Amino acid sequence: MTFTEQLAQFIVSGITQGSIYALIALGFVTIYNVTGIINFSQGEFAVIGAFIAITVAQKVNLFRGQFDVELEWPVPVAALIGVGGAVLVGVLLYRLGIQPARHASTLSQIVATIGASIALRGLVLLAWGTDPYRIPPFTQGKPFKILGAVITRQSVWVMGLTVVVVVALFLFFQYTLIGKALRASAANPGAARLMGINTRRMGLIAFALSAGLGALGGIVITPVTFMTYDRGLMLALKGFVAMIMGGLTSPFGAVVGGLALGIVESLAAGLISSGYKDAFAFAVLFVVLLVRLGGVFKRGSGEALERAGL
Amino acid sequence: MKTRFSLGQLAVWGLVAVVIALPPLVKNNYQIFVVTLIGLYTMLTVGLSLVMGFAGQVSLGHATFYGIGAYAAALLSAMFGLPSWLALILATALTGLIGFFIGIPIFRLRGHYLAMATLGLNVIFSLIIKNEADITGGPSGFAHIPPLSVGGFVFDSDTKMYYIVWFMALATLFISMNVVNSRVGRALRAIHTSEVAAEALGVDANTYKLRVFALAAGFAGLSGALYAQAIHFISPSSFDILVSVELVTMTAIGGLASVWGSVFGAAAVVFLGQFIRDRMNELLEGASGEQEIIVFGLILVVIMVFMPEGVTAGGMKLLRRLRMER
Repeated sequence: MTFTEQLAQFIVSGITQGSIYALIALGFVTIYNVTGIINFSQGEFAVIGAFIAITVAQKVNLFRGQFDVELEWPVPVAALIGVGGAVLVGVLLYRLGIQPARHASTLSQIVATIGASIALRGLVLLAWGTDPYRIPPFTQGKPFKILGAVITRQSVWVMGLTVVVVVALFLFFQYTLIGKALRASAANPGAARLMGINTRRMGLIAFALSAGLGALGGIVITPVTFMTYDRGLMLALKGFVAMIMGGLTSPFGAVVGGLALGIVESLAAGLISSGYKDAFAFAVLFVVLLVRLGGVFKRGSGEALERAGL
Repeated sequence: MKTRFSLGQLAVWGLVAVVIALPPLVKNNYQIFVVTLIGLYTMLTVGLSLVMGFAGQVSLGHATFYGIGAYAAALLSAMFGLPSWLALILATALTGLIGFFIGIPIFRLRGHYLAMATLGLNVIFSLIIKNEADITGGPSGFAHIPPLSVGGFVFDSDTKMYYIVWFMALATLFISMNVVNSRVGRALRAIHTSEVAAEALGVDANTYKLRVFALAAGFAGLSGALYAQAIHFISPSSFDILVSVELVTMTAIGGLASVWGSVFGAAAVVFLGQFIRDRMNELLEGASGEQEIIVFGLILVVIMVFMPEGVTAGGMKLLRRLRMER
């Protein structure tokens, strides 16, 4: 394999992994814009969605052999159920943990979402154990080859679905009534309430939406890399880094940030050190934070930065 | 005001008495070790409560400093052959210093950013001790750490270790008490209430935050070094993010802004963890220990949502409200 081929391969796997960061970052941005909360349990949506899909798609025994599930439904159906399950978790989380604490200090909210993240992680561990799981690729077949880089069919699925989701999300925010109401609550919650928008309901929708986004990310990546119970926190951290790189409040920036982070990480792991793969994201985070830009791509709005305490 | 203060003093001497009297009453070495562990966690928690409760800064990576202290003590005594008491002092000082220098860039951040940055710090630290196996022993850990000895007296039994740990834990509590009731403490509370207002009144917020952070890091370093010298073996899993979250849970249960609550929080989490592990094993055979985090996570959510001042203060308030309603 020549150096360019190697480079191309790193970039392809970077984009694949980066798509997941992008989806999670989109979830972060959606919740943050509407409620002003950074939801530290964002990564758990990806994990829970993936594990529900795994359980529906193949034989699994739960709670250390207490329950055997043998549904073996087709993967697309399993994926939909996984997304639905995660949305339900998101809604419950908002209702039980976030909404009652909406007047609490930032510190309390941060600690509460961290607590939720840890509790969900424990729940997954209890039900599915420590084993890594995977599901079959969405479609079978030979991988493609472009510029000497191998692109698996699942990678194409990952990238394709990310594009579809981003476009659909754009249309949703731009043209539907709920989308417009969400944007209104983000821009000016007070005025939105005066216009008759139920901002609390908007918060609920934001949580449901970003839980769905995270779950989708977790499910499409499971055929590529294995899913384990403890991946949520790291996914959340990476998604947050992507969000900051993209300028905090911009959905487009979040996607670009996610892809960029994936590529940087893949190149650094391949060319510098694979043992420190996870550290590079934080190196990027520290650089971006300390330079105190509102992100690389777009300066965030003054109000959003104010809310974040910058 | 005066009565409350003397009540506090009474509680202090009560705790001292319990600490002194406990070992002869407990026959089982394992139980002594558990109480020693509570002492170690108390040092960590009291530092964290200074940072989170009094200075109002989130730190989700406190286990980093615990780990730095532990590995520094291990390396200094086992690799460089320094006497273990000197390794203990140097490890503590070094961790405080590292805390200070890490604090300089990190405290330019606030809120969510600070939370993420401290989490990131913990992730990077874990990666370093896992990857640099030549120095740290990697994932399989660092073994054969010499026990603490001072002038020929070796702390080689669980009971001896118990006394030195609790002596240090009480010392950190007293120091924190003094910090809280001093000019620094008042400045910190001012920063917590409104940083802008405090700065307008001439409080140099950043300097105070840094000093407190360094002090908390030093406490954590001391705790880590003692931990290493107590069990003679350390591995990365004792200092990862989950431990940091556990420390936040302890601080939250004791009340974020409560020095003495730290002891209560540390004890509650240690005992609760044990209880859950035992029950889990009965319920699901072979269930691994980490599952107790479900409960800790839920506790964190409930406390933050319903009683952010901590279980003791929050419980009192709830009681009062119930009485009022009746």
